[in-house]
Amino acid sequence: MLSVLTFLPLAGAIIVLIAPSDGIKKALAFGAAVATFVVSLLLLPGWQDVPDMQFVERYDWMPGLNIHYHLGVDGISLWLVVLTTFLTPIAVAFSNQHVKQNVGGYLALMLLMETAVLGVFLALDLVLFYVFWEFSLIPMALLIGKWGSENRVYAAVKFFLYTLAGSALMLVAILALYFQTGTFDLLELQRMGVPAGLQQVGFLAFALAFAIKVPLFPFHTWLPDAHVEAPTAGSVILAGVLLKLGTYGFVRFALPLFPAAVADYSSLISILAIVGILYGALVALAQRDLKSLVAYSSVAHMGFVVLGIFALNEQAISGAVLQMVSHGLSTGALFLMVGMLYERRHTRLLSEFGGLWASVPIFCFFFLVVALSSAGLPGLNGFVGEFLILIGTYRSTPLFAVLGTVGIILAAWYLLHAFRKVAQGALENPANFRENLPDLNWKEIWQLVPIVVLFLVIGLAPNLFLSKINPSASALADLQMPVERGALIVDLPDLTPLIAENGLLTAGR
Amino acid sequence: MDTSLLFENATVLLPEIVLAVGVMVLMMVDIGRRKQDGSGALAALSIAILVLGVGASLLIWSRPPAEYLGGAVSDGFALSVRLVVLIAGIFGVLLSRNYLPAIERQGGAFYSLFILAVIGMMLMGTATNLIVLFIALEIFSLALYILSGFHRENPRSVEAAMKYFLLGALASTFFVYGSALLYGAGGSTSYDRIAATISSGGGNLALVWPGVALLLVGFGFKVSLVPFHMWTPDVYQGAPTPVTAFMSVGTKAAAFAGFLRVMMVALPSLYEQWAVPVAVLAVLTMTVGNLAALRQSSVKRMLAYSSVAHAGTILIALAAGTPAATSAAAFYLFAYAFMNIGAFGVVIVLEGRGEGDVGQDRFNGLGTRYASLAVAMAVFMFSLSGIPPLAGFFGKFLIFKAAVEADLAWLAVVGVLNSAISAYYYLRVVAAMFFREAEGEIACNCGPAINFSLAVATIAVVVIGLQPGLWADLLRGL
Repeated sequence: MLSVLTFLPLAGAIIVLIAPSDGIKKALAFGAAVATFVVSLLLLPGWQDVPDMQFVERYDWMPGLNIHYHLGVDGISLWLVVLTTFLTPIAVAFSNQHVKQNVGGYLALMLLMETAVLGVFLALDLVLFYVFWEFSLIPMALLIGKWGSENRVYAAVKFFLYTLAGSALMLVAILALYFQTGTFDLLELQRMGVPAGLQQVGFLAFALAFAIKVPLFPFHTWLPDAHVEAPTAGSVILAGVLLKLGTYGFVRFALPLFPAAVADYSSLISILAIVGILYGALVALAQRDLKSLVAYSSVAHMGFVVLGIFALNEQAISGAVLQMVSHGLSTGALFLMVGMLYERRHTRLLSEFGGLWASVPIFCFFFLVVALSSAGLPGLNGFVGEFLILIGTYRSTPLFAVLGTVGIILAAWYLLHAFRKVAQGALENPANFRENLPDLNWKEIWQLVPIVVLFLVIGLAPNLFLSKINPSASALADLQMPVERGALIVDLPDLTPLIAENGLLTAGR
Repeated sequence: MDTSLLFENATVLLPEIVLAVGVMVLMMVDIGRRKQDGSGALAALSIAILVLGVGASLLIWSRPPAEYLGGAVSDGFALSVRLVVLIAGIFGVLLSRNYLPAIERQGGAFYSLFILAVIGMMLMGTATNLIVLFIALEIFSLALYILSGFHRENPRSVEAAMKYFLLGALASTFFVYGSALLYGAGGSTSYDRIAATISSGGGNLALVWPGVALLLVGFGFKVSLVPFHMWTPDVYQGAPTPVTAFMSVGTKAAAFAGFLRVMMVALPSLYEQWAVPVAVLAVLTMTVGNLAALRQSSVKRMLAYSSVAHAGTILIALAAGTPAATSAAAFYLFAYAFMNIGAFGVVIVLEGRGEGDVGQDRFNGLGTRYASLAVAMAVFMFSLSGIPPLAGFFGKFLIFKAAVEADLAWLAVVGVLNSAISAYYYLRVVAAMFFREAEGEIACNCGPAINFSLAVATIAVVVIGLQPGLWADLLRGL
């Protein structure tokens, strides 16, 4: 089942490459992406709310070295898998509409990308994980380098080398783990526990790879380049899914394998996350290009996810996992809408727009919804994850939660600032007049509607998602060691009873 | 002397014997044929001879290891090296098929020398005696000196041959001198005896150390370790490209095979002492090779420096000095054969008549003009830089794993950082092919033989990467 899920897009990519005409290629690519989504939904009926791995597959791959082809899914990876399979058909649909040059290659790379990402989310053997992890660089670099905008070659090379160099040390750490324990299997390693001597070094090597991927401040410099130069669908996948590989790595590997080191470094990483939240938000506020604004907002939002993970308790980890999904949807949608605007006007400068509500109301309506969801408006998806992260963080280190809240305020500021610049004000630029700027067509609306529906579902019925995340998150939190953050404890009132009464905390269960 | 000894266990050298007979047949056929014939028949015959050699190797594969006259052995490692060398030879002949007519040279002598070089390289892997080792070294070196200068009208080719010959001869003298000193210390040229004498404390260490150092220089030259690598870029660039492709893999496999066996069979008791210098050489070789490769605009020179860097990576296996490390080296060389020869194959396609230099800009826009050629090259480049799931990744994986297990994790760290550096110059080729546009027409010197070999190499790189376990079991170490 999981193998089918993982390799269906690869099969699709091969078929797309050999298909005769562009029309057929487009249809096949979309079909393959939708089929993968359907397969991923088949995981839900048989789902059990337990912390264990489900749908496990395990075969020998290199028996001499004890390397296995080992796949499995649990509450932490489930929704990330579904997010990937959900966003890919949308990105494919957008590309089908807009990509002109060598569309077959483009679509094949998108599908290849999907296989690589699903492999990362599902792999339970460290070598298999590393293989998928590194392999995911190739299609993304090619997408940016071939179909990106002016500076694409620089951005593609930077993206590739930066993330490649980051994960190089992880390979040595994996080998060292094997040398000490005799296994590459994540579950076995978790059972055995990583020896104390390897905790620190191993954690640092893994954390560097993940921190660059997230990207955690100060490793974020590749991201604005990659995002701004990438083609729209590439950005959607990059922001929606690829960044999650880093945070997922923290949750799946760093936390369970190196609890001692996690306890030592959690304050440092939380502080970096907060710096990222505030820095990303302030830089986003200063951007004149809409796409780089969204790119920097990703730095801020992903900082939130990391903050939640390293609060090391159940609420925060559940919230972080849900926030990964939410951010994937919101930011994916934002990039999609920036792309739709760009295809019409061939510019993304905020100063070129203004007053679009008068000319393209449907676009502006969707833009507002997406911006509000990204800003964390209650009732939409962004709120639930952020709220859980803040509660969890408050419980471990109140000061961090306070600083994080500042980030939320800033997020609302730059997103509404972007909306105001684009949609409100007077309609002055003739290029934006109704007769020059067509509103969204049905195809585009159908790309956005499923995302907006999910916004509402997550926002209004978060338990549908949390009930599956919680068992795994709670098991993970139980593995963690208590953290001393004496110096960071500021005397703030204990809000836990209040939160408990509020009901949301229990709603999360 | 009892002549029956000559035939006892002679099957140990069956592949070499098959090839030697084949060379003689080839030369007869060459003399007998009329001069105006194309060299297609000769190429086909050479391939047939080499394939017979593969058959002979596989035939004795399952036999228990045996020794021939105390000078050659047929163990798993020897067989693995033979396989790598034979593969390199077959690819080399296939790649030459179109190249020789393009440079207007006849094939008889060329193919004979080619197979002679293969014989010498195969012997290197089997030798268990310093004299046999030296003879093997000279057989393939002499053949390669001539082959490098085979493009007589091209001054670069002549220069390459001259340079390779002079420096190679010098390295050989170092090698012989080193062997002589080891003989003086160990009282024998046989590895086992040397090992026995030294480990029992009988050897004169004042002779052993200079001997080992001189041997190191000799081998270092052949596999192009820094600082003995200076000839590599000039020779790789000047020699006819099929020869470069062949020797980049064949020489490396053969010389490393000899190197590993001498150090680990004859001198295991001194491991503590030679491991550190070898590790330092590995670091130097990887780093200098990669940094120099970054600066090259000619793809042939870039690949030359990249091969220096790869030699450094393989040297990690020697520094680790475990049986697992030698099988990792065998796997690495096996993977390297396909990806490196493939990369040179693509260069041959773009090179046309083999005169000018293939700069990186020659690759611009290849992705849109010749998509399958560009995809093949991308596979080779990604594999050389060690991106999974391609063959090169598992080569590096196994070598680094052996290093970590030998408590040389720091060396593995240097190794992975170097792979990350190397990704930059390999990626530049990929970027040129897919991200840039071509200026003008791209000349394409294709032919069925070369297309076939590129297809096989590409598939091999992918398949070895997806099913590494199969090959890791097949290729054995010491």
